[in-house]
Amino acid sequence: MKPLLRVDTLITKIGAARVVDGVSFRVEAGETYALLGESGCGKSITALSLMRLLPDGGRIVSGAVRLGDTDVLALPEREMRRVRGGRMAMVFQEPMLALNPVIRVGDQIGEALSLHQGLAGAAAREAARALLDSVGVPDAARRLDTYPFELSGGLRQRMMIAMALAGEPELLIADEPTTALDVTIQAQVLGVLRDLRATRRMGMLLITHDLGVVAENADRVGVMYAGELLEEGARDAFFTAPQHPYSRMLFEALPRTGDGGRLATIAGQVPRLDAPLPGCRFAPRCPFAIARCREESPGWRELGGMRVRCHRAGELPTDSVRERIAHSATAHVPQTLLQVEGLKMYFPIRRGVIPRTVGYVRAVDGVDLAVQAGRTLALVGESGCGKTTVGKALLRLIEPTAGTIMLGGETVAAKRMPALRRQAQMVFQDPFSSLNPRMRVADILLEGMEALGVDTRGKRRGAVARLLSQVGLPDDAGDRYPHAFSGGQRQRIAIARALAVSPRLVICDEPTSALDVSVQAQILNLLKDLQDDLGLAYLFITHNLAVVEYLAHEVAVMYLGRIVEQGPAGAVLHTPRHPYTQALVGALPRIEPHAGRRIIRLAGDQPSPLNPPAGCHFHPRCPHASAICRQTYPQQTDLGGGHWVRCHWVAEQGKDFPG
Amino acid sequence: MSVGSFDFVPVILWTDALIFALLGVVLALVWFIRRHPHLRAPWRSVARRPMTVGAALVLVVFVFIGLLDSLHYREKLSDSLPGHPQYSVEVLSAFDALVGRLRTQQEKTYSAPLALRLYAKEFIERDGMTVRDYPRLKYGGAHLKKTDAHASDIAWRIFAGLGQGLAASLLLFGLLAAWQARRHDTAFGDWLAAWRTGHLGWPGRTLVLVLGLMLMLGAAMAHLAADYHVFGTDKVGQDVLYISLKSIRTGLVIGTLTTLVTLPLAILLGIAAGYFRGWVDDVIQYVYTVLNSIPGVLLIASAVLIVQVAIEAHPQVFDTAAARADIRLLALCLIMGVTSWTGLARLLRGESLKLRTLDYVEAARAFGVSHVRIISRHIFPNVFHLVLIAVVLDFSGLVLAEAVLSYVGVGVDPTMYSWGNMINGARLELAREPVVWWQLGAAFVFMFTLVLAANLFADGVRDAFDPRLEARR
Repeated sequence: MKPLLRVDTLITKIGAARVVDGVSFRVEAGETYALLGESGCGKSITALSLMRLLPDGGRIVSGAVRLGDTDVLALPEREMRRVRGGRMAMVFQEPMLALNPVIRVGDQIGEALSLHQGLAGAAAREAARALLDSVGVPDAARRLDTYPFELSGGLRQRMMIAMALAGEPELLIADEPTTALDVTIQAQVLGVLRDLRATRRMGMLLITHDLGVVAENADRVGVMYAGELLEEGARDAFFTAPQHPYSRMLFEALPRTGDGGRLATIAGQVPRLDAPLPGCRFAPRCPFAIARCREESPGWRELGGMRVRCHRAGELPTDSVRERIAHSATAHVPQTLLQVEGLKMYFPIRRGVIPRTVGYVRAVDGVDLAVQAGRTLALVGESGCGKTTVGKALLRLIEPTAGTIMLGGETVAAKRMPALRRQAQMVFQDPFSSLNPRMRVADILLEGMEALGVDTRGKRRGAVARLLSQVGLPDDAGDRYPHAFSGGQRQRIAIARALAVSPRLVICDEPTSALDVSVQAQILNLLKDLQDDLGLAYLFITHNLAVVEYLAHEVAVMYLGRIVEQGPAGAVLHTPRHPYTQALVGALPRIEPHAGRRIIRLAGDQPSPLNPPAGCHFHPRCPHASAICRQTYPQQTDLGGGHWVRCHWVAEQGKDFPG
Repeated sequence: MSVGSFDFVPVILWTDALIFALLGVVLALVWFIRRHPHLRAPWRSVARRPMTVGAALVLVVFVFIGLLDSLHYREKLSDSLPGHPQYSVEVLSAFDALVGRLRTQQEKTYSAPLALRLYAKEFIERDGMTVRDYPRLKYGGAHLKKTDAHASDIAWRIFAGLGQGLAASLLLFGLLAAWQARRHDTAFGDWLAAWRTGHLGWPGRTLVLVLGLMLMLGAAMAHLAADYHVFGTDKVGQDVLYISLKSIRTGLVIGTLTTLVTLPLAILLGIAAGYFRGWVDDVIQYVYTVLNSIPGVLLIASAVLIVQVAIEAHPQVFDTAAARADIRLLALCLIMGVTSWTGLARLLRGESLKLRTLDYVEAARAFGVSHVRIISRHIFPNVFHLVLIAVVLDFSGLVLAEAVLSYVGVGVDPTMYSWGNMINGARLELAREPVVWWQLGAAFVFMFTLVLAANLFADGVRDAFDPRLEARR
């Protein structure tokens, strides 16, 4: 049978760099082919080459792309326009940027419909409504008249998919379609894509960096590194026994359940693509590399149902390269470092000519937290639930509306701010915006010490050198500017900055969500080492449950400004009791085959904190909601062992089956 | 004109002091930028753009003339007593001393460019008879005995000038090539080949070409100006080339000193509004909205009139005509600065609003760093490129604004040399029959060259500092 899409030794250059270098693969009709790789490996440029939508300075040097019987690269631009959207359609990563904010979504879908199917007027509207139905948009007819800003991220991405489907394409290219979305929404969107592929027998090229997404959606997998495909094969074979060292290390770098050991990291960086690269591109970072790897580029080999480009494929050790270190199970003496009670953060909404407060956004609505010295509390929740606001309110970067914050047994008041700031610091999400590009690294590290008057001037210089070595950066890093460092190194600088004033508590606000898997592993290892060495306590704010499992001792799950479940990490993540926690855990794409895992797919989105639903905030999305859930907010139900939950349904169960 | 060591007394006008202060600031800034790699990098990319380098070269010539023209002095009167020196009321500049006769060779009235005769008929005596005809000029072409040698003399002078300019530029180029070849340890021929194919890493071809052209043009002009009025003369017989060259200083003063007033206002208020928000933002926004809604010309006219009145009320403070004209120029710069800071302030406010939410500012606040320090270390360095771009872009606009204001009559002092005043004078000259076009033409040529060079330079600077283009470099 002829494949739907066939790519042959495609080479694309941007400037002098060979960003895609000899990539060949094929996609059958009705099949999902996943291109897996870390950022900068050329997977998006591969997709754009197929669509012939390369950025400025990019050009396809050689190779062939055949869609059915059509040679895509030979088509004149006129014909190509018909292919784009008509036979091949693309869904982009960021739905807010891909939709025009000033045109109603119905009109945007209608535009695609009139272009590719010649529909107009009522027929187009009907077709658009049908499309929205097919991507699972509730209340489709009304949504056609909304503007993109009125829709949530998940709905926007569905609109994008609907628009891509308007031309009834044979091939759908999805470029990181769910990376910008929350896990529960990601699960919804991936479900839509799976159904569509099955019903329409489309071929799908799924581009992602997430092994979990690949495991749950792809039929076949291709791993890209530095512009080349390294390994290719069926999903099951790939996930049972990946053959290339790079693929293996990606697996080892993933934090996994019940694993206290260190994560494997990949040393070094992706090579520059504008220089000639003899030999295997991964050789400089590969622990198994031999002399031949550096001289001769490996060809394709068939191995265990996989195709792989590695000289040493098949002779690699089969067991894990992950170091097993006994978890530092030193007797933990509970000593509360941070105690938060009744923290509230209301943002007033002002309206009118003479601004009057007409209501409040209840970003944080009565949160109680306790962090033990030297332990990690993870604050988990989807975007918009108020978890970052909690972090900022704790450091008084924004003044909380109500609540008491006790640090080391003392109430934090405005008068004692310097004391607070020496004890608690913050690490931010995006290492590119958290470092001032105009300051040298040493000045960045010194800033906190100078502002808080730590040490004398002479000692501070020494402290900078100590901090740099503590976070594993070279000594000369202090004289350079942030732009000279990669994302992972920048995050190390940000951690060093927080450590500069020797705090006892570090608030980490999604410190790894902007990083690649292998770099994330380095940062998580570093955080864990620092905790062991310095006895730091972490408040770890994240939406990534996999990271939580690896790092946290305790977990608090937040929904719409309130904590709905809290307890020891193992208990919360393995026997979640609140339906929301269950859904979060279930929605997490996993690489292990999921046998007997009960999956709750949440419908809808998180409501606005401007007017949260009456009663339990979660009831509109809850599969177990009953009358009482709609009326009163549930009280804490203690489940023993420090594990508690706020849910009427759990409380009912507890009554029925005591013990 | 030779002046002995005690034959003059230096005069420092207000604008002179400010210009040299500004020069000092610019030099200090250059030194500062050289020491910071992140600041130096965009300037290196500026220096790699041929168009920008060419424009910069032209600007340098203008600035050099302007600076020479800012070294003022008063000559000692020849008839003053020894021990009781008395100095002329006329304030001259180093530039005047340099061009020498160009200033003093004054005709009776209009004469066309390179002409031998006056542009107006007079009664003259010829062969004992009084006839009404165009008389020969006193200085223009006075060395020619016969008028039929006029064309060949001009051609010869142009030819000689171009030749000398070419020779000088070839000599300079040879020296440059030898120096560069030695510095990079390459053969002379190899360096020339690299220069010809444009593989030097810096725009050598453009640099040599522009420099050569300017030398040739300058030499030809010098040869012609020695005995002719290259751009003709104006109503009182003053050489128009001289007036145009003197106007350079006025244009530069307006273009640069105004920004001295603009910058502190725009930077302080713009950043304060964006960073502090709340009532500070409200007040500052209110102020610049009000200021923006008053017509700028109205404010400028009233300010200039106030200064005029002040000068007349205190004649003892301003001892020379130059000092009076100068204080009016300064006042014009001040008021133009006060009315034109709002655009940049608005830009900086927007940028600061964005920057204050960035994580590195939050991180600084988490350390309890003071507001002043956050603004000076985190906000200002990150909006500095905007300030720079605005200054360079505003410059040409201000030079043009001077011309318009002088034309309307609220600009610089009427006795001051400026392109605006030249254009203002041309209003009547164009209505004359036969028409006098050269004064307007000269002002146009000079202003066009300066503004074009400034705009091309600004373009290059903006491209080099644009972070969106940075990624592609």
